[in-house]
Amino acid sequence: MSEKTGQRLLLQGNEAMVEGALAAGCRFFAGYPITPASEIAELMSLRLPAVGGTFIQMEDEIAGMGAVIGASLAGVKSLTATSGPGFSLMQENLGFACAAEVPCVVVNVMRTGPSTGLSTSPAQGDVMQARWGTHGDHPVIVLAVSTVNDCFTVIVQAFNLAEKYRVPVIVLSDEIVAHTREAVVLPDPAAITVIDRMRPAVPPEWYIPYEDNSRGVPAMAEMGSGYRHHVTGLIHDVRGFPTERPEEVDAFIRRLFHKITNGFTEIQLTNPVMMEDAKIAVIAYGAVSRSALRAVRQARSQGIRAGLLQLITLYPFPRKAVEAVLAQCRRVLVPEMNMGQVIREVKRVNRTTEIVRHNRVDGQLITPAEIYAHLLAM
Amino acid sequence: MTEKTGSLRHDYLRHDKKFPHVWCPGCGNGIVLGSLIRAIARLGLEKDELVLAAGIGCSGRMPVYVDFNTLHATHGRALTFATGIKLAKPALTVIIVMGDGDATAIGGNHFIHAARRNIDLTAIIINNQIYGMTGGQHSPTTPYGSFASTAVWGNIEHPFPIAELAVTAGASYVARGTVYHAAMLDDLLAAGIAKKGFSVIEVMSNCHTQYGRRNQMNDAVTMLRHFKEQAVSVDRAARMTEEEMAGRFTIGVLADVDKPNYTEEYQKIRERARQR
Repeated sequence: MSEKTGQRLLLQGNEAMVEGALAAGCRFFAGYPITPASEIAELMSLRLPAVGGTFIQMEDEIAGMGAVIGASLAGVKSLTATSGPGFSLMQENLGFACAAEVPCVVVNVMRTGPSTGLSTSPAQGDVMQARWGTHGDHPVIVLAVSTVNDCFTVIVQAFNLAEKYRVPVIVLSDEIVAHTREAVVLPDPAAITVIDRMRPAVPPEWYIPYEDNSRGVPAMAEMGSGYRHHVTGLIHDVRGFPTERPEEVDAFIRRLFHKITNGFTEIQLTNPVMMEDAKIAVIAYGAVSRSALRAVRQARSQGIRAGLLQLITLYPFPRKAVEAVLAQCRRVLVPEMNMGQVIREVKRVNRTTEIVRHNRVDGQLITPAEIYAHLLAM
Repeated sequence: MTEKTGSLRHDYLRHDKKFPHVWCPGCGNGIVLGSLIRAIARLGLEKDELVLAAGIGCSGRMPVYVDFNTLHATHGRALTFATGIKLAKPALTVIIVMGDGDATAIGGNHFIHAARRNIDLTAIIINNQIYGMTGGQHSPTTPYGSFASTAVWGNIEHPFPIAELAVTAGASYVARGTVYHAAMLDDLLAAGIAKKGFSVIEVMSNCHTQYGRRNQMNDAVTMLRHFKEQAVSVDRAARMTEEEMAGRFTIGVLADVDKPNYTEEYQKIRERARQR
């Protein structure tokens, strides 16, 4: 990585994702081949052993997610990458990571579904699955990337948030971002903020593995560090042992949510563009936000006061930023490469503004012209 | 022996975990647990360096009781979690305990691939031929013709021979024991844990509650007697005809081979990648 720092490189999104993960300290990758995510695995298999890390190709995505959790429990920052069908298989173990609070990052390079769908075409159909795919009430962090540069910076943020909050972080990419080649300049590793999980500061005999604290995020001891404890997907008490006591179950579930709520201001990332005086706006994420940006610029050149709110964090849903846009604008367009998933969230927080949908489900990117046509009509 | 196990109990079981355990009176799981801690004591392994992982089912509750680094993973997936742990920290001794349903039904794919990969793990599979915790449904090892809560008309499926499956899939060390032959089980477990590469120890165990009651073996003693009568040592089985072996199973070491294991092979890849 060091030899690439500062140079202008032509990278595809999947490659930048690997560079970002390594810069964030990722030293373990387990996964299963799938289009359009396979380049991440291929590049990890080349790069990880040289930095003392581990790559393993597992027998399926269920196993990939399991190995990622195991490696993280042993103290190593871990990543897997997949697409829709594999992401469906990962949901079971993703829930374990939520329950046992195991930091890890899952990249889902979205392709058109359902089922095998269009394996080489982009889509944004997995937003709700990223939020609610695993069973049970649980919090999770979902981020979306729109450019090759995003792939680097957002995956660094994903690892940092995973470590800080002890939660799986899902990064939603899509086939366009994954395979588009763009010029990027990778930042100096020394200039990147890298956060590691909080480890216990007390001697092993005092360590209470799931004890609440001011942040709601317990210190995490890795296996083999002398802090022997039990890790389970059953609801557990503060010592990590299964419990069915209502007051302990209640406290556990509430802390899982509370720790994320505590961090809303730093977790909810958005990128407002030309929003200062906007009267109409586009709320977009992923590759579509690039089409939206182009359309907004075009509208501005015609004297239309249009703006863009690009969502980087999809969950926890950046309510405050969206509410500000809704309060300011008389109409808001939510273009999505699905039949309408984020628009439901926008409508949920809306009070007065008219919200227009624009959906495309033919495996093709929403073009700037389509969005521009809406902006003219708004 | 009782006194020895008694002191080991204080050395290796968790003091802050409430007993009694969740297992039925007479359950074979306790015999396996006793054997496991005797094998570990014999090998002189440090508790900090030990991981006991499990999946879901009655066997899945075993890690709660031992004072190691312990993990209660998802159903059938314990081997995948263990793979991540071992590769991330190769110095750890990683042992996985599973049931027959856990390891060979929902986890069957992971089981054969862990064996094929020959990763340095020790898998203990407690084979009680039934889904015990969920109420006696038939498993991949329920014998043909026997009865279960989802095979009330008699089981028409054919059972997996787990140990033989592991041999074919490529495990370095494969053995089968029973909870009747407890002293032998100590030896098999110790050898399996010490072995580099993927080790499988299948333990024939009694679930008189869910399997026995439906199959004319109402209590633990009857089932243990059954294992005593049906088990044939690998050496003796080699001299017996197929007809003589009908309804019986072999116990002892079925495979013990030296071949490259994933953990060490990957370390070599790291060195080659660094030099490039």
